[in-house]
Order: sequence, then structure tokens, then C-alpha cells
Amino acid sequence: MFTLYRARRILTMNPARPAATHVAVRDGRILGTGSAEELSGWGRHELDDRFAGKVLMPGLVEGHSHAMEGTFWRYVYCGYFERMDPDGHLWPGAQTIDAVVARLQTAAAALADAHAPLSGWALDPIYFNNVRVVRADLDRVSLERPVGVLHASAHILNVNTRALQLAGLLRQGIDHPGMPLGADGLPTGELKGPDAMAMAAGHVGFDREVLAADELGLRHFGRLCVRKGVTTVTDLANLLPDAAVEMMLRVTGEASYPVRVVSLLRLQQLSGRALIERALALRAMSTERLRLGMVKLVADGSIQGFSARMRNPGYYNGAPNGLWYIPHEKLREAYRLALANGVQVHTHTNGDEATELVLDCIEEALRAHPWPDHRFTLQHCQLADAAQFRRMKALGMCVNLFPNHHFYWGDAHYALTVGPERAERMNACATALANGVPLAIHSDAPVTPLGPLFTAWCAVNRQTASGRILGEHERITVADALRTITLGAAYTLRLDGEVGSIESGKRADFAVLEDDPTEIGAAHLKDVRIWGTVQGGRVFPAEAQ
Amino acid sequence: MSSIPVTVIGGYLGAGKTTLVNQLLRQAGGQRLAVLVNDFGKLPIDEDLIENRDGDTLALAGGCVCCSFGSDLVDALRRLAARSPRPARLLVEASGVALPRAIAATVSLIADYANDGIVVLVDSRTVRRQAADSYLGDTITRQLREAGLILATKIDLIDLEARTQVRTWLEDYAPVLECERGQVALELLAGAMPPARGLSFAAGAPHPAYVAVSLEGLGACDLARLASSLRDPALGILRAKGILADGAGVVNALHLVAGEVEWAPTPAAHAGRLVCIGLRDQLDGPRIRLLAESCARA
Repeated sequence: MFTLYRARRILTMNPARPAATHVAVRDGRILGTGSAEELSGWGRHELDDRFAGKVLMPGLVEGHSHAMEGTFWRYVYCGYFERMDPDGHLWPGAQTIDAVVARLQTAAAALADAHAPLSGWALDPIYFNNVRVVRADLDRVSLERPVGVLHASAHILNVNTRALQLAGLLRQGIDHPGMPLGADGLPTGELKGPDAMAMAAGHVGFDREVLAADELGLRHFGRLCVRKGVTTVTDLANLLPDAAVEMMLRVTGEASYPVRVVSLLRLQQLSGRALIERALALRAMSTERLRLGMVKLVADGSIQGFSARMRNPGYYNGAPNGLWYIPHEKLREAYRLALANGVQVHTHTNGDEATELVLDCIEEALRAHPWPDHRFTLQHCQLADAAQFRRMKALGMCVNLFPNHHFYWGDAHYALTVGPERAERMNACATALANGVPLAIHSDAPVTPLGPLFTAWCAVNRQTASGRILGEHERITVADALRTITLGAAYTLRLDGEVGSIESGKRADFAVLEDDPTEIGAAHLKDVRIWGTVQGGRVFPAEAQ
Repeated sequence: MSSIPVTVIGGYLGAGKTTLVNQLLRQAGGQRLAVLVNDFGKLPIDEDLIENRDGDTLALAGGCVCCSFGSDLVDALRRLAARSPRPARLLVEASGVALPRAIAATVSLIADYANDGIVVLVDSRTVRRQAADSYLGDTITRQLREAGLILATKIDLIDLEARTQVRTWLEDYAPVLECERGQVALELLAGAMPPARGLSFAAGAPHPAYVAVSLEGLGACDLARLASSLRDPALGILRAKGILADGAGVVNALHLVAGEVEWAPTPAAHAGRLVCIGLRDQLDGPRIRLLAESCARA
């Protein structure tokens, strides 16, 4: 007995039969696509017409996000753009500091305890003409309770006076690059970088304990995935302590958990050997809905934070070069051991010097330990030039670019960080495809909103928040973008044989859409309405989430 | 409660940070040192110093302790300050690519601590090559610029000419102390803050040229005789510290400060070591060695 779904149209990503009207599903797997007549040959079945007016695509694959996206929704959304929460509620953007304050005031009024902390997230003063948010702004929310708002980058935290007081920071004589001082010699309440943030984070509700192994967050993450048509999602940098793995195995193992989570082990406080041993042990614990065993390394910082490593001629505004996040010998050692043991590595690079170094290190490691199908992937890799894409191809590497970033911060890159010419080449999707480098594109949620169809829109249009088309020659077609958010991302996760297209033998993972992304027009790709998903043959309507 | 003095130890991989830390732990002599390590490896402490392991914390001989801090330095600093008994001094071993002044800035935020030095180690054989490396060079020179004191290590592995050259080159960045195998007295690292922070290394001596003579494997000593020998100003000893067995086999810590020598029994396990520090052109290494060995034989 199998289920035969009829749909308005099925976009399969299978070139042998790119579109179909029916798909047959048995025990969570696809029997095949085609006409009702072709598929009835599989035997007894039940016709399911609920998708008769819908368009099915392969379940979308988000190749670079973090389960933290689910966690952050317990805090007050303070972003500039509208954004959908796991309940499907669309939060309007808070487009002035007053609007941010008003939203926090509303949330504060709903709290019973006058001294309980209040936390917000996704603040981005770059859209308020870059005016700094200071403690006086957040003091308008409360003088009694500590208030903290995390920036969209997650690298800056703004707090009020009460929070500074509790953290012991409301004093003169502070001399720290991450703590700007006001005219009164006291901190302004802007805390930049992990150390400065850590001084006050616990007082404003961003507890380490909440942020690690967060069960509720993982559930929210799953619900949000359904709303965005995502059936396979990455949690790209997790320290994966035993308690977190245990929780993730339990939650994703529940019959109603709607998404396959690929969680990568982030290198920290482990020697290269211990890292690889841990990755291999984790891989052995993988289940259908929790895939473990890959490793994430971070080579440099971010371009808008001026902590990315840049080649000549450096930052457009003359800022000094960024920071290396890991000693180069440690990178080399990790790559060598990973290649020797068949552990796939994803590496964060942002600046083009970081990309060049990683290419050098991987080339060297590959000479010692060839692995023809390693699929080592560069994550973000925003500033890579054409020559670097050619090297990636030669070395058998994949790339996962960040078109969302182009939309949200492209204007800042043009004006400030890398200047007009290099801003146009950032996130060079067309160059990657032209050179045959296996490509994925991502949101880095919660840094930008989860939503592969929005990410596809960004890659197709390359429009920035101000409306500028930045790097027209790097735009890709809708067909390429749709392939990239399904098979492309699946390939970087070694899952392309299992998901990413609707064909016989693969997992029955579908994005169920109200609109046809191939017909709605490139400019409207982000507006495709999503009904929900089918994941492993289980049906998840967004409205029930 | 007085604040805990903190020495930040920076420098690229292979510069000898771990060797130095172990060496400092060995000469702690009852002073409860705490070590924070941020590198991508197991806690790099010599096995014989470890008494107990508890997660990412090692209990070490003589009440010392070592923890790793990963991405949360603030949390590690707070937990360490809350320990009982409280550490007498903290050494923070930075990652090979870290900028040590950023760590010192964070230390300055926490009232329990006071910065007491930024020491950057370099491998004398490779530092100039690293400083010219296209990927690494600016990181290396930024580390050197942030140093209050540069420890030039592995000087025994290069010839005199190369040693002079590298020393001259390094002195453009900060005062330089040469050392072999991490043999440097903890006292010499104290107060080694870069001038921009208001404290200078060894007041009145902008570019002091200290050297250390260190002796290992000394047998049981006549400590009274050794003490009177070390007082001889002709030897040029400014400070000395020894962990030595006396004639009865009891292990003693011996200190020479400002011309005065004192010794007293100590719980240290590894006797037979003596480190003497003095100005480079005054310290008479060969004679110190001769004297110490003759006292040890007696």
C-alpha cells in the first residue's frame, strides 16, 4: 500500500523528468514521479488529493544556519525588517530607535516581576544612519530591570544603566576596546565582542545555560523550518557536549519532529586528534533525523566587523587587517587528520586572505592524504575572487555563499568595508557555477532570517536593502537558484543521494507551495507562499505548527 | 581583598609558551599559581605536575591550578577568582594568534584582577621569518608591539651572531630577555606591562638586558655555604631562586633578593634547581655554576 499524491505541478530537479503531476510515496520514500497511470503499476494505493492545487518542490535544504534561530524567538524581536516567528506571526520591522524602545516597553509591561531582565535581539543601528544606541535609550524601557538587546550580527550587545550596574561596569576608568565611553567617562552601554558582552550577558537574560542545549529552541527551530519549506537544516557550529547530543537525539527522534538536523562539531579546546576522534564517535550516533560527524572550523572574523582577514589592498576605509581565529598549523593539522580519517570539514572564511590561506592548507593536506570526494566546503567565503573559485574547483571543494548578507549589508560593503568594485564581486554565485564549483547558498540564521526561497531571491536579484543592484554579472537564474537550495546544499552535506530531488528511492521530502517559483517571476521569488512540508513521508502543514 | 596579579603570555605556536608555563609552575614554591590556557589542544601541563583532573580543570602540585577557557574568558576568570583558596597569581596563556593586549583589556574589567605584565615569547630561530610571512607577519608584529617584555627563547640553538641580530631586531618592539628552555624567574616577569599602560618594566631601566643562569640536577647542598657564596657581588646576581636539598636531604626553597639570602623547607617535589638572574654584562655564569656544583658536592 502506498500513497499517491496529486499536485498542480511537481518540480523534481530530476532532469530525466523535470516536472510531473503525481508522486508515489511508501514508508517515507519516493517510489517515483509521473502520471497516475505510470505510478499505479506499483500496486495498491490511496490517492491523496490534498496537494491538488499546490506545487511540490524537493524539501528545501538550508546549508548554513544555527539552531539558535529557534532560541532567539524567546526574546523580543527588534530587527529593522519584518520577520516571521515560529508561530507564523509576522513581526513588523522596528525602523527607528523609538520603535525599538516602544516594542521593549510593551514587552516590559507584560512582565509581572519589576526586576526581571528583558532581552531583545536582531537590532541593527546601521539602518538608523549608524547612530549609536546608548544606555539612555534603553533606560526609557526601565531603570529598575536590566535590559539588553543583541545586535543582528550577534557580536554587539546594548544594555541599559541597570545592567551595567549589575555587571559592575557603571564606573570610570574602564579601558577596553569593546566598551566605548560617554562624555561622562562611563560606558555608553554598547558592549562589543564576546568578552565585553560576557560581562553583562548573564544579567540581561542571555545565559550560557539557556543558549546551550536548548530544547525549546530546537523545537521552535523545527517549526520555523516547516513554515519556510525546509526539510533538512544545518546547525553549523555546535560544541556538541554529551548533554546537547542526548537532548537533540531525543527531540529529533520524536515522531512529530519535522526536520532533519545536520549538526556540525565546532573546534574548540580540542586537539586535532581529539576533534577527529569526537567527530567519528558522533558520526556513529547519527540517526535519520540527526546527522552528526562533520566538523566546523573558523579561520577569520566578519567583514562588517572588520575582523575578516583581507588581502591587499585591505579595507576600503583603511581599517587595520582583521584577526586570525586559529593558528595556521592547527588548521593544517585538522585538515590532514580529517582527510586521513574521512571526516568532512566546513570552514568559515570571510575575507579573501582567509580563503587563500585555507586553500593553501587544504591543497597541502590533500597532497599528503588524497580523498577524491572530500567535499570540504568554504562557508560564507564572501570576498573570493575568480582565481580562488578556480582553485576551489581544482581542489574538489564546495562553496556555500551568503546572498542574504548581500541584501542586508551590501550597501555598507559598497560604502565602507570593501568599496564599490569588490562589493560587486562578493558572494559570486555566477562565478562559482561558471567554474563548476558545487554551490550552496545560505541565511546563517539567526544572523539573517531562515528561508531558502528568500536566499534564492537574493542570489537571483542581488538587490541590496537600499534597492541597489550590486554586482549584476553575479546574478544567477531562478532555475540555478532553485537547484542550489535543494540539490546544491544537499551535496555539500553529502546528502544529495538521499534528498534534494524528487526521484525514485529518495526520501519523501517536499516543500509544499501555493505558488510556482518558476512562474512567479524572478523579482517575486521571495513572495512564494509556503503551505508547509512533507518530511520523510510525514505531512506538516505550516498552520498547524 | 587584594587583586590577583595577572601575567598574559602571548606568542606564536612553538615559541615556548607551554615550556615557560610549566617552568613557572615548577618554581612556584608554594605560591598558588593559576594558569588559564586558550589553545586548541589538551591542557599542556607536564604530567608529573598534575595531581587531579576534573573536566577542563587540572589540580597541580603545590595548590596550583590550570583551566582552559575556550571562547569565554570572562566566565573562566570569574570562576577562578571564586576558587578557595584564591590563586596568588594568574598566568593567561593566549592562543598563538591572539593579540595579548585584548586579553589584558578584558582582565582589567574584572575587579578581582590587576594586570601585571604582557610577556610575548618568540622562537629566536624563526621569529623573523614568521614576521615576514605574508599571512602571519602582521599578527606576529602586533603581538610584539603589545609586549611589555619579549622572551627570546631557544637562543641555545643559534649562534652568537644570529642571536645578536635577532635581539637587536626585537629590541625595537620591547625589552628583551633571552632564555633557554623556559628558564626565567617568575619575579622577572612581574610588572612587565607595556609603557602605554602606565607601567614600565623594571623601573629606571628602559631596556634592561637581563639574563638567567639556570642549573638543574644539583645534589644535596651545604646551603649555608652556598648562600654565602651567592652573596658575592662580583657574581652580579640580582635575584636567585633555588629548590635544593640540604645536607640532611630536606628540600628547601632558597631566595636571594637584594643581596639577602634566605632558605626554608618547601613541599616542592623536584629538588636540585637553581636559577640566578642578573644584568647580561655582569652575571658571571661560569663561576656561579662552579660554586653551586662545589657546594653540592660537599
